[in-house]
Amino acid sequence: MRVNFTVNGRPQEADDVWEGESLLYVLRERLGLPGSKNACEQGECGSCTVRLDGVPVCSCLVAAGQVEGRDVVTVEGLADFAKQRAEHGHGGACGTAGGCGSKGVSTDEAKQWSAKGTDSQTGEGVELSTVQQAFIDAGAVQCGFCTPGLLVQADALLERNADPSDQDIREALSGNLCRCTGYEKILDAVRLAAARQGEAV
Amino acid sequence: MANTRTAPSGTPTNVTQKHNQGGIGESTLRPDGTLKVTGEFAYSSDMWHEDMLWGQTLRSPVAHAEIESIDISEALAMPGVYSVLTYADLPAAMKNYGLEIQDTPVLANGRVRHHGEPIALVAADHPETARRAAAKIKIDFKELPVVTDEASALAEDAILIHEGRDDHHAGHVPHQNIVHRQPIVRGNAAEAAKKADVIVSGEYTFGMQDQAFLGPESGLAVPGEDGGVDLYVATQWLHSDLKQIAPVLGLPEEKVRMTLSGVGGAFGGREDISMQIHACLLALATNKPVKMVYNRFESFFGHVHRHPAKLWYEHGATKDGKITHMKCRIVLDGGAYASASPAVVGNASSLSVGPYVIDDVDIEAIALYTNNPPCGAMRGFGAVQACFAYEAQMDKLAAKLGMDPVEFRQLNAMEQGTVMPTGQVVDSPAPVAELLRRVKERPLPPERQWETAGEGADVRALPGGLSNTTHGEGVVRGVGYAVGIKNVGFSEGFDDYSTARVRLEVINGEPVAMVHTAMAEVGQGGVTVHAQIARTELGVTQVTIHPADTQVGSAGSTSASRQTYMTGGAVKNTCEAVREALLEMGRRKNGSYHPAWAHAELLLEGGKVVTDGGEVLADIADILEDEAIDLELEFRHRPTVPFDLVTGQGDGHVQYTFAAHRAVVEVDTELGLVKVVELATAQDVGKALNMLSVVGQIQGGTTQGLGVAVMEEIIVDPRTAKVRNPSFTDYLIPTILDTPTIPVDVLELADPNAPYGLRGLGEAPTLSSTPAVLAAIRQATGLELNKTPIRPEALTGTL
Repeated sequence: MRVNFTVNGRPQEADDVWEGESLLYVLRERLGLPGSKNACEQGECGSCTVRLDGVPVCSCLVAAGQVEGRDVVTVEGLADFAKQRAEHGHGGACGTAGGCGSKGVSTDEAKQWSAKGTDSQTGEGVELSTVQQAFIDAGAVQCGFCTPGLLVQADALLERNADPSDQDIREALSGNLCRCTGYEKILDAVRLAAARQGEAV
Repeated sequence: MANTRTAPSGTPTNVTQKHNQGGIGESTLRPDGTLKVTGEFAYSSDMWHEDMLWGQTLRSPVAHAEIESIDISEALAMPGVYSVLTYADLPAAMKNYGLEIQDTPVLANGRVRHHGEPIALVAADHPETARRAAAKIKIDFKELPVVTDEASALAEDAILIHEGRDDHHAGHVPHQNIVHRQPIVRGNAAEAAKKADVIVSGEYTFGMQDQAFLGPESGLAVPGEDGGVDLYVATQWLHSDLKQIAPVLGLPEEKVRMTLSGVGGAFGGREDISMQIHACLLALATNKPVKMVYNRFESFFGHVHRHPAKLWYEHGATKDGKITHMKCRIVLDGGAYASASPAVVGNASSLSVGPYVIDDVDIEAIALYTNNPPCGAMRGFGAVQACFAYEAQMDKLAAKLGMDPVEFRQLNAMEQGTVMPTGQVVDSPAPVAELLRRVKERPLPPERQWETAGEGADVRALPGGLSNTTHGEGVVRGVGYAVGIKNVGFSEGFDDYSTARVRLEVINGEPVAMVHTAMAEVGQGGVTVHAQIARTELGVTQVTIHPADTQVGSAGSTSASRQTYMTGGAVKNTCEAVREALLEMGRRKNGSYHPAWAHAELLLEGGKVVTDGGEVLADIADILEDEAIDLELEFRHRPTVPFDLVTGQGDGHVQYTFAAHRAVVEVDTELGLVKVVELATAQDVGKALNMLSVVGQIQGGTTQGLGVAVMEEIIVDPRTAKVRNPSFTDYLIPTILDTPTIPVDVLELADPNAPYGLRGLGEAPTLSSTPAVLAAIRQATGLELNKTPIRPEALTGTL
């Protein structure tokens, strides 16, 4: 089948999709967006978390056909998504804080931002969202396999709760497994991102 | 004097250091951080090649059987299928591989020895096609009785898991279903026991733990025009893989070119070969690139696990609290293939005494061959199981003597100069009593943290969490302590070395160092530290880390807490040689202009050659001009020797490392649910090259120890030897809600034998975390609890 949907503000068309293929498979293998990770394929680990019409979901549990006509944000588009939200009050896709209805956002609005590739081996010069920068600065990244899902989830948390308590952070991130860090530096990172976003307001 | 620093906890870490400025001792940021937060970092499962096929493994649905026939015709006939391979298709005379003993078949040869053993391979143009084709392979099995424990393995008429063994342990083991046996005898335990006023004993059971790295086994094999193959893979040791891969492909090593791709965690689970050989076989058979990616289910079968163990211990003590003797017997289940079992036996036996002074010991450790899943390396490597048992014994002894458990440990604590049961003298700092003091003196977390300003309770701070099972009723707090000892580096006479190539040249007018090693960066931050070392030693700002591959000499394994010591040491060593070569070049070109070139101690700082008095002699860039200095050198730690096979004597270890934990738990005694409230730890790291990374390692290791204390276990059915929970739905690892605050207290007592005085640190936190949690639960419940992990039924008497 053919699936048309919007990914990181860019209209995408995936062809020859099998009925059994997940959104995660289509993103990774058909659209060249491998940032979302496959670590359990059953919704337990959160490594594949993306925003679907603003709602964080495990993309491994979403059948590709279900995303027809909908908006997806992946880690590759997170920096631009956050930038758009800061400039326009909510993200280009249907951020929960933006309170979009079933109509979704206009294509023009969505097109204002789109994922950029990195231009060097080290990724220097890339513009990052607050939560991405905080994860680097706080030492919340080790192997990094859980990081994309955590970033999408943490960004969504800070969108709906700008000043979360530690327990709020733990609850919001409890669907995202990390095996390297023991989570302490992930908590540090989310607190840091919240503080920096607070300063910026 | 101890230089101590406490990691921040409870407040945001505000690191402003730019990643291109720092040398050792600074918390510089990861060079791969930006790639990892943008999704651009290429993990082994992200590899892609035009025209690539997908590989799939067919694994045994039974644990022990003879294969009577295999019919691949239906699979091969499926549209989209390019190749189906079985044992009959293996191209070389060598059909087996293995880390130490080559007992593991690439594909089953007429017999399977464990659930999930690979039997056949499929390559197809879509992963689902490959899966469906694999399911169409028809195999007739004749099932055999399963060997699952010590009794069934060592019975006189037991089926031998491996007949006709000719490995170097086969001659000294008392039964051919024992992989390796290591006794250690020192003093006279039976005689010393007579001096004991109290004697305690216990039998302890440690469950099978999975590394559960988040990035499943995966990689891409690309056939080369020369008949060789390029392999992009996630591993812990490229050159060890290479030595095992090339012979079974029938290729010389230079025709198997390996490059490390992004590694999604390891923890020991990538020491052994998984999909490497299989992907190469399919690529060579189809002459097309082949990608293999395990899903989580297959990953549980695709790597070895931590050895489950039965441990029997006896300790005695005098009434004034001195330990008189220790006897122990440790039985590790190695499963169907040897993997790292012999070395795990060596560790379990030589570290079974713990960080205590006990002169009279009688120790035996063995690993069994069974039909259970193969077990091998996991963080802590034999020392974890022993620590769980001897720390339970310490609490029992203290209780029987009516002593404080921490004071009792401190009274018997090892220190610099202590003689290990192997006869080896601990010749660098061993601050065991101090580590215990630090965790004990830390203020306890407030009680009843679930209480809120309003009437309700914050259930997220209670046992049972969001299941909302209690608002504080039946909840009892407990506090427990533990301390452990781990070795660093490869032991028992292994020629453990690492190689580093460093190139210094001028690029755009600035001196740039390029560091090239084969070190597997698995998340630990070795790449960060290599850049710091190069900046420190060469006085440059710009450092490029070359991708890890087999075009440079071996770095050894990212295992045994050894990489900062060994490959960090190798980078330091090569940088020093590059510095000498640069200074020699400087003397040749500029020496006549200033006497300091000949006479002064010269340093490289800020891109310049300076005297130890601070006088600038030249710019590095001006000395080099358009020349480059490019050196590749090996680095070795001090030699070790094998343990004697009868007495266990020998200076078998390189370095020892220590950590202590205090666990605070709250237990819902009615439902048997445990909330770990805090896991405080103190550890000596010798020298923290990067404190941010050090603390991250300690907190991560602590959490893996927490996991095996209260939730993690691979359940193997004792009747069928089949794995019952190969998924993240059924094998639980700690979430952020399960994991407590982990305050870290870092000591830096230099080891004079080690580069920069550093002490390997990645594994020690995983040892004492588990027994500290167990001790806290025992204190809360009054139960004996001799098995880990602790599940609710063990606490409510419904087991």
